[in-house]
Amino acid sequence: MNLLETINLKKYFGETHAVDNVSLTIAEREFVSLVGPNGAGKTTLVNVVSALFRSDSGKILFKGDDITHTSVTERVKAGIARSFQIVNLFDDLTAFDNVTLAIFSRQGKTGNPATLAHLDHEVSAEADAVLAQFNLTSKRKEHARDLAQGERKLLDVALAYALKPKLLFLDEPTSGVSTRDKGQIMDTIASVVRGEGITAVIIEHDMDVVFKYSDRIVVMQQGAILAQGTPDAIRNNDQVAMILLGTSGPDAFTRKD
Amino acid sequence: MDILIIQILNSIFYACILFLIAAGLSLIYGVMRIINLAHGSLYALGAYVTAWAIGTFAAGAPLWVSFLLLPAGAVVVAAVGAAIEPTLLRPLYNRPEEYQLLITFALLLILEDAMHFLFGGTPLTAGAVIDSMGTMPIMNLRYPVYNLLVIAIGIAAAVFLWAFIYRTKFGVILRATSQNMRMASALGLNVKRVYVQAFALGCFMAGLGGAVVVPAQAAVLGMGIEALILAFVVVVIGGLGSLEGALIGALIVSFVRTAGIQFFPEIELAVLYLIAAVVLLVRPTGLSGRA
Amino acid sequence: MQNDASRTGPSMLLILACVIPILVVLVALPKFVDTYQIQLLTYGLIYAIAGLGFNLLLGYTGLLSFGHSAYFGLGAYSAAFMAKYFGVGSMEIYILGGLLITGLVSAAFGYICVRHTRIFFGILTLALSQVLWTLAYKFFWVTGGTDGLRVPFANLTLLGGLIDFKGRDTYQAFTQSYYYYVLFLFCICTVFMWVIVHSPFGKALQAIRDNETRAQFLGVRIRHYRWFAFLLSGSFTGLAGILWVPLNGLVTPDILYWPFSGEIVFMTVLGGFRTFTGPIVGAVVFNYLKVYAVASTAYWQLLLGVVLVVLVLALPTGIVGTLSRLFGKFRKR
Repeated sequence: MNLLETINLKKYFGETHAVDNVSLTIAEREFVSLVGPNGAGKTTLVNVVSALFRSDSGKILFKGDDITHTSVTERVKAGIARSFQIVNLFDDLTAFDNVTLAIFSRQGKTGNPATLAHLDHEVSAEADAVLAQFNLTSKRKEHARDLAQGERKLLDVALAYALKPKLLFLDEPTSGVSTRDKGQIMDTIASVVRGEGITAVIIEHDMDVVFKYSDRIVVMQQGAILAQGTPDAIRNNDQVAMILLGTSGPDAFTRKD
Repeated sequence: MDILIIQILNSIFYACILFLIAAGLSLIYGVMRIINLAHGSLYALGAYVTAWAIGTFAAGAPLWVSFLLLPAGAVVVAAVGAAIEPTLLRPLYNRPEEYQLLITFALLLILEDAMHFLFGGTPLTAGAVIDSMGTMPIMNLRYPVYNLLVIAIGIAAAVFLWAFIYRTKFGVILRATSQNMRMASALGLNVKRVYVQAFALGCFMAGLGGAVVVPAQAAVLGMGIEALILAFVVVVIGGLGSLEGALIGALIVSFVRTAGIQFFPEIELAVLYLIAAVVLLVRPTGLSGRA
Repeated sequence: MQNDASRTGPSMLLILACVIPILVVLVALPKFVDTYQIQLLTYGLIYAIAGLGFNLLLGYTGLLSFGHSAYFGLGAYSAAFMAKYFGVGSMEIYILGGLLITGLVSAAFGYICVRHTRIFFGILTLALSQVLWTLAYKFFWVTGGTDGLRVPFANLTLLGGLIDFKGRDTYQAFTQSYYYYVLFLFCICTVFMWVIVHSPFGKALQAIRDNETRAQFLGVRIRHYRWFAFLLSGSFTGLAGILWVPLNGLVTPDILYWPFSGEIVFMTVLGGFRTFTGPIVGAVVFNYLKVYAVASTAYWQLLLGVVLVVLVLALPTGIVGTLSRLFGKFRKR
């Protein structure tokens, strides 16, 4: 069954067709990679589906329900979570508190001003478990701002993961980290995501990573889907190879999405 | 009928003063993104300095001496502004805006007492100027000629400022810096100097407001604190950082005030603050603001 | 302190070890110092309650209100109105009635103000507080205008009538009893606020402060929470205003005027707004500082202004922030 379906989704910034008539389906438990040159509309697509932006037209269906006009909060409650390309954490809170916050929010406890957060042992235990899954146990008392870039990337994903989403968007979870850490981060993410049966859509530039972990690859260019298929099919698609491996050429617009 | 004309003239007179204060406040915010809580006190300082200068040097002298001394307040306040920016504000540009607001609040406390110390607790006037200029007939009533002069000064200042910002090279630099400070700096503009100049110019406007008002109204302690809040209302209604907005806002505020004092004196000020709050809610960029 | 708390979950034992000696001193103090000092400290504790409330917005939610004089003044005027127009003398009724009114008004004002953040939030709170100021100032036949309203302590009763101050030698008796009354409420408020900022709700506020967008993507309803924080903040400050009335004996529009909002900001920054105890320390110190300045020079504003300049330029983390950094350095050695 399709978990997510976008129908003729459009998002324009003035003359720029950042997302142009995209109809995409994501099946449950799929691990999908979104690839394409800079400015292809990958992040904009994720932003529209996660309600950071409103779409100009088209529909978004999640588990068959029309969620096109729902708010960020409603989509989070429905089970859509995301991480951010530029790490987006609560810098003055500890790694532990960053994660507990996501859990409290999921459990609907953040409106409660009358209990002490650290006495909720159930939540604390779960937060520690999440930190352990992402190899951050030793960093639990560190403030988020003091973590290394790779750790911040992981924590960013851990926050989204702690919401126990059905659908998880990961926007370049390995950007800005060394090649060595990249593999480790992706292994961690993949094992958590596969282990929990979460549907994941990942934006990634490193084609080695993409080919290694994806069930399906969706190639975007100029706001539209150019091709999609299994890693093998994409690997052997000449047109895709030209776009991804060539200099992405005159067609890619400069706007960074 | 003649009362109405006088009221309208009074409103315009008052709008000119408010415009001078608010335009300076708005200019400083527009370029430096700082809300200057001491701005009203700088206006009061302008009034005090001019009243003091005229009282000290022009007593018994011909009228033109008083006129020469009138801008003294504006010049002194501009100098004070040029001293404040590099010493107190510049260290704070990389800090949260709370600190910038607080330092201007500290400045307000200091200026209020400094004026008390320098000029004493009794009001200072320069009423001789307004008296010696006499009045002119408006139908059956008489209206001070000086007030008309202030209106002329206000209009001249508005035109001058507009020309300065939109027609001179300095204006281009100012606007570029207000759009994007980093970019302006990367293009080789001397942002530091622009900030000093902008702040001093904003202070000059406030000082000028005080200088021209003092022949008509005495300089008293606390006048700045009251003026600041009215200037806030003006820039909020017109749009923070917008010159045209300050003009529109000043006209709206002074006409509402004149009408208010006539028809609903108890809630006259409350109505103004509520207008400001409503504008901020419905159009946070103000009536003439760009999004 | 707050730093430690968010690192490990606060250690109860350590906190009690710090708090109990301070409490003992505070309780025993009237035995050792004169009435005037007790009175000053009572003022300090009252401002501390206001500061705690204010800092829920500034320190924990990241919203700088420049209009908290409104809630302090509302609390004060509510109590004064009850005394003058309804002949009420019971402190508990002042508190209940005053909290109801400040609660309602801060809910209404907050609903409006949280539509904006940053400087616009500050201006909105300022404008609304000045609406109240002009009303108190202009409707003099109700509010007494600049003369204000007198609330003599002689008519006051505490604890539902158990304690009154009729006849007996009185001012001293009043000051002592009232000190303990305020101290008790101060303790309750501190515990309350401590629980709030360490609750899941308090964590959510800090998350909003740090990163609004991400908080939203964790499902936190930002505006809603800011509004609730505003309501709590206004109510705390309102309670301080209520408690202030019998001690001061007189309410004038000055406490609604915006420079008083500035003083509340001043106290909080003086103590350190990124710490839980900062506003408490700041309020008590500020009160002494102001009283001392007013007593020693006609130009006390100038003195306070200079202190504020030094504070902002040299000690931006305030007294508590600076001390805990020094202490941290000391411990590392």
